[in-house]
Amino acid sequence: MFRLLKSVLLLACLCTHVFAQTTSFPGVGRIATPKEVGAWDIDVRPDFKGLPAGSGSVAQGQEVWESKCASCHGVFGESNEVFMPLIGGTSPEDVKTGHVATLLRKDFPARTTFMKVSTLSTLWDYINRAMPWTSPKSLKPDEVYGVLAYMLNLATVVPDDFVLSNKNMAQVQQLMPNRLGMQTQHAMWPGDEMGNAKKSDTRNTACMKNCAAEVVLSSQLPDYARNAHGNLADQNRLVGAQKGALTTQPERKDLSTPIKGVTEKLEPSKSDAVLTLLQKNNCMACHAVDRKLVGPALRDVAQKYPNQAEYLAKKIKSGGMGIWGNIPMPAQSASDSDIQTIANWLAKDAVK
Amino acid sequence: MTSTASTKRGRIQRAPENFLSQQDIKNYQNAEPNARRGFLRSAFLAAAASAAAFSPVAQGQVTTPAVEDGDPNILNLPEHSTHLGQAVATHPYGLPSKYESNVQRRQSPGLTQTTQSSVAFAPLQSLFGIVTPSGLHFERHHQGWWDIDPTKHRLMINGLVKTPMVFNMDDLMRLTSVSRFHFIECGANTAVDWGNVAVPTVQYTHGMLSCSEFTGVPLITLLEMAGVDLKKAKFVLAEGADGSSMTRTIPMSLILSGEVLVAYGQNGEMLRPENGYPLRLVVPGVQGVSWVKYLRRIEVGDMPYATKDEAVHYMDLMPDGQHRQYTSIQECKSVVTTPSGGQVLFDKGFYNITGLAWSGRGKIKQVDVSVDGGRNWRHARLESPIMSKALTRFNVDWVWDGKPAIIQSRAMDETGFVQPTYKQLRSVRGTRSIYHNNAIQSWLVQENGEVKNVQIA
Repeated sequence: MFRLLKSVLLLACLCTHVFAQTTSFPGVGRIATPKEVGAWDIDVRPDFKGLPAGSGSVAQGQEVWESKCASCHGVFGESNEVFMPLIGGTSPEDVKTGHVATLLRKDFPARTTFMKVSTLSTLWDYINRAMPWTSPKSLKPDEVYGVLAYMLNLATVVPDDFVLSNKNMAQVQQLMPNRLGMQTQHAMWPGDEMGNAKKSDTRNTACMKNCAAEVVLSSQLPDYARNAHGNLADQNRLVGAQKGALTTQPERKDLSTPIKGVTEKLEPSKSDAVLTLLQKNNCMACHAVDRKLVGPALRDVAQKYPNQAEYLAKKIKSGGMGIWGNIPMPAQSASDSDIQTIANWLAKDAVK
Repeated sequence: MTSTASTKRGRIQRAPENFLSQQDIKNYQNAEPNARRGFLRSAFLAAAASAAAFSPVAQGQVTTPAVEDGDPNILNLPEHSTHLGQAVATHPYGLPSKYESNVQRRQSPGLTQTTQSSVAFAPLQSLFGIVTPSGLHFERHHQGWWDIDPTKHRLMINGLVKTPMVFNMDDLMRLTSVSRFHFIECGANTAVDWGNVAVPTVQYTHGMLSCSEFTGVPLITLLEMAGVDLKKAKFVLAEGADGSSMTRTIPMSLILSGEVLVAYGQNGEMLRPENGYPLRLVVPGVQGVSWVKYLRRIEVGDMPYATKDEAVHYMDLMPDGQHRQYTSIQECKSVVTTPSGGQVLFDKGFYNITGLAWSGRGKIKQVDVSVDGGRNWRHARLESPIMSKALTRFNVDWVWDGKPAIIQSRAMDETGFVQPTYKQLRSVRGTRSIYHNNAIQSWLVQENGEVKNVQIA
C-alpha cells in the first residue's frame, strides 16, 4: 500500500514538473491525483452528474431518520424547534402542477424545504455533505438514498414501498412539488448566463425638494419590546455624540432629564467554564440553559436531579428517552472528565 | 446684518424638521393605527407652512462646569499623569481599551435556535470610517467555525480544466497577490424588517455588513494555471472545508474580470478563524454566502449547481409564488449609523449625521440625507476613499431644534441606480421576500432625544 502511494506521488511530482514549464508560475502547485479528486469532488449537480450508484428504501430511510435525524428535524420532518421544518405545505395537486400552491397563501405560517426546493439533486447533495449536523459526511450513499426516500414519502411524493436509487432519481425529479417554481428573470446575477434581466426592478429617483406628499409612520416597535434586545445603554460606547438608551427603565420624560450612566457589568459567572465545555461537546445543539429546545432546559434537569452527579454522568454517557419526551438523546462520546464536570455542575451549581 | 451666529449657520440649511409638535406626537401615540395617517399628514402640512420660521435653539450652547472652581478631572491630576505607565509588549497582540467593552458583535435574541448555525452582528453604531476591525467583523456560520491548521489546508481546482491541481498555503502565498477593499453583506441583512420593524438598533438591522482590505490571488490566475477551458466554462462551484462544506455557484463574469479573489489576508493580517482562516473566496458586490470560507475546492462547470443555499435558502419569494433564484448582487444601499435606533441625543444643538453607503455594482456617486421623513433632501459629503464595491462613509451637519425628526439616507451608485423606498421595494417584491432588502432606513428622533427604528408607509 505504502509502495503504491509512493509511486503515485512520484508520478505526480514528475507530471508537475512537466506541467509547470507550461505555466507562468513554475514551481507553484501540483497535479491532483485521481484519488484526491475522488475524495473531495462530492457535489451532485441538477443533471445528477456526480451521483454515486446506490439505493435505499423508505423503510430503511426511516430507521436512519429516527436514530440520526429526528432529534433535530422531528419524527415527521415537521420540527420547527431547531431548524425550519422540512416537510409540510405541499399536496398531491402540487406534484401534478409543479407549483406549490401554499406559497401564495399569506396566512400559511412557514415555508418548508419541500415547499421551496425544485431540484432533487440539492437534497441528495446536502444530506450527503452536511448531515447529520454534528457528524457530517458520516452517511453511506445507500443511507442518503434511504433518508431522501423517507422524506419524499413523508411529503407524499412517493409511496410507502418506494426504493430510491441512482437509476430513478431523474424520474422522481419530475414529481418534485415545486419543480417549476423558480425564475431567473432578475438583474441580480452578474453576467448573462441565466438569461436574466438587464435593469433593476426598483426605480427610485434622487428627488431633492417636496418629494413625499405625506409622511405616514407605518411601523414601530411596541413599548413592551423596549428591552427585548438587552440594555441598549450597554451596546453603545461610553463616550460620543450619543449614548445608548437605558432600556431597563422607561424612556426619559424630556431633554431636561439627565441621561443615566451605563449599568454595571456582570461578573463572569461560575458557569462560564462549563458552558464552554457544553459548546465544545455539541450539547448546545439540542439544549439551552433556560429554555427547552429539542431536549429539556438544563436548568430543569438540574432542578430534577439535585446532588445526583453520578446518575447524571451515567445518563449523559448512555443517552436515553422517555423522561423528557419521546425525542431520544443519543449516547454521548465526550471525555469522562468533561462528562463528570458537566454532571457536577448540573447537580450542584446550575440551579443557582 | 443679524448676528455672527446666524452667519456661521449659513452653510447649515435649516431643515424643516419641526414638523411635529409635542401635542401631535401625543395625539399620534394615543391614536388608533388607522387614525395615525391623518395626524401625521396634517402635521407635515403644518411644517411646510411654517418652514420659514427661525428657531433660536440651534445657536451655540456652551455648558459650564458643574463645580464652582472647575472640573475635578482637570484640577486633580489623575494617576496616569503622575505615575509610571505599563511596559511595551504587555499585550504582545494588542487589545482594545477596557472602556470599549460595549463595542461587540452580538446575536439577535430569538433569531436563531442554535449558536453554530447563527449570526453575530457588527456594531455599526460604534464604528468609524469604512474598515471593520477584524474582531468586530460580522459572523455567519452554517455548522460552527473552526481554527484550521494552515499547513494542512489544501485548495483543489478541478472540473473543466486540462489538469486538476492542488495548492497548499505556501503555494498560494507565493503567487502574485493583490490587496483590495470590499464590503461583504449577507443577503439576509435587514431581512427581519422586510414586513415591519422588528429590531431596535442599526447593529441588528444592518450589522451583517463589514468592509475589509482583503489580500489574495485572483481566482482566474489559478484557473489559468490549471488550464481552464474558457469556451465551455460558464459557472464555477466554490466549496468549503467545514462540516457543511458550504457550496455556491460563482458568476463567471466576475472571475474573468479578475475581481474574484482567493484571499488569505484581511486588514494586514491573516483572516480571522471566524472569517474563514486560512482561505476564503472574495466575490465583490455579491452576497456574503458566496464568499465561501475555509475554501477547499473550486470546480469549473457548464451549468449552475443549485446548491442548498441557492435552491432552499437565499431565494426571493415573489408575490406570484415564484422564487427568484441565483439573486446575488447586493444592490445600492445606505444607512445612517448615528444618530440611529436605540441611541439618545443629550440635548438640542449640533450633531454630525454619519453613515455608510455601498453598491454591489460599483462606486457610490451620491448620498442624500433627509431629516423630515423624505420630503426634502440634502447632499451628504462623501469621505474618501470612494472605492468600487467597498463601503463609503458619508457625513452631513445637522442642528437639531428639539422637535421630532425622521432621519433617512438615500444612496445612488455610478450606474445611476437610486436606493428604493420600502414602498417601491414592496410594490415589486411584496413583503415575504426575506433577502436583499435595500430599502431606505428611517430613524425617528423623538422630542425626548430617544431615537427609534420606524418605517414609513
